[in-house]
Amino acid sequence: MNSLATAAIKSGVLLFLLLTACAYMTLLERRLLGKFQLRYGPNRVGPFGLLQPLADGIKLIFKEDFVPARADLVVYWLAPAISMITALFVYAVIPFGPELYLANVDVGILIVLAASSVGVYGVILGGWSSNNKYSLLGSLRSSAQLISYELALSLAVISVVLTAGSLSLVEIVNAQAGVWFVALQPVAFAIFLIAAVAETNRAPFDLPEAEQELIAGYQTEYGGFKFAMFYIGEYVAIVTMSALVTTLFWGGWQGPWLPGVVWFALKMFAVIFFFVWIRATLPRVRHDQLMAFGWKVLVPLGLLNVMITAVIVVLLQ
Amino acid sequence: MIANAQVRKRGRAMGSVRRYLRQGFAMLKGMAVTFRYLFRPPITVMYPEQKRTAVQPRFKGRHWLTLYEDGMERCVGCELCVIVCPSQAIYVKAAENTPEHQVSKGERYAEDFQINELRCIFCGLCEEACPTGAIVLGREYELAGYTRESMIYTKPMLTEPYPGASGRDPKREV
Repeated sequence: MNSLATAAIKSGVLLFLLLTACAYMTLLERRLLGKFQLRYGPNRVGPFGLLQPLADGIKLIFKEDFVPARADLVVYWLAPAISMITALFVYAVIPFGPELYLANVDVGILIVLAASSVGVYGVILGGWSSNNKYSLLGSLRSSAQLISYELALSLAVISVVLTAGSLSLVEIVNAQAGVWFVALQPVAFAIFLIAAVAETNRAPFDLPEAEQELIAGYQTEYGGFKFAMFYIGEYVAIVTMSALVTTLFWGGWQGPWLPGVVWFALKMFAVIFFFVWIRATLPRVRHDQLMAFGWKVLVPLGLLNVMITAVIVVLLQ
Repeated sequence: MIANAQVRKRGRAMGSVRRYLRQGFAMLKGMAVTFRYLFRPPITVMYPEQKRTAVQPRFKGRHWLTLYEDGMERCVGCELCVIVCPSQAIYVKAAENTPEHQVSKGERYAEDFQINELRCIFCGLCEEACPTGAIVLGREYELAGYTRESMIYTKPMLTEPYPGASGRDPKREV
């Protein structure tokens, strides 16, 4: 009973922190994109626009609860919830500091990958249930992309797991006490980074949401707080990917002088900055280029990397 | 034959590798460009607090009914601006000048002159059509109002408070 209460409180705090972090990530992204484009970005609501996410949230809550005609109601309501819950679920196993994690699961990284795979259902069902061609096209593109790049992502993760000798994220971080895996697994790092951008549907792989072609993709028919849930899911996914890059390749909370949580936050911020930087720079790729790059370059490269890693690990034993 | 095909195939593979490298390098170059832009000051003008120095002299803004140097009204009530206005935003009610009540230098003057600033498209045709150069488009552009009624400018609002107040030379000949 006592441990259950502690877990509940911990989860509550973590949930609050995460949702706040995601809200402020939208602000950070808009401000950074503004700076990249020689603008200011939102700076009117509160000092430096710090209350902008709050204003956006309030606006979204008060919006009309719109449901398109002949939509599949249950699925229509369920999809954003799936998208958001699976995105948040991942944080149960990510270590933020030396002793700061919700759960040390032996198969931590598997849970992360599994949860993000279930998240694809949110996208597909959302696109399907809206009864709208743009939603459906967007969700088709999205699921094709997510499934293709999940493979490359997993291959990159497997090399890390082989190097660390454990599936637990806590153990993986502990294994990086000496050398960060970005130095031992540079190819896996590059593959993971590219696949992470594709997994989160962000520029230059933002085909599922290509405004110029598909209005808004799978979330076209969503408004109000249901839209906000999709949005939260997406931004949580970005923070997740940043946390994973930090955990798997940049030594997690490890670092000199500063406490672990600060190092973790700093590294995560660096990755998020990189995500925004890419978005500000690179134009969208074509769908055939996306597929060809995923299947013909990333997957073979990932397989090769796993093979070489396995041979070296066996030889070193 | 077979050897030849193999060589060609290998050449193509080398070419694609080189192409990928070149494209990757181009991306890095683009990233460097955007990173440099991150440290430039924004070019945004923070509008309500900060304004641009001045609009161009040819800018078409708020209308003025201009005066001669001696304070006489230029408008002679000919209603050419009413005829030419594509959005029918102008209303003129003309009246005869009398020796006791001489308002303009022509036979008639505008007893009432209204412009609906909501209808106006600021094309400047009224200014072009005006034979005496009475109606001009000024440089003020902050014309927002809270009611529709407040956007119908009447003659006292349109007439410049003193000769030359609109920024045009009161001595000019048209």
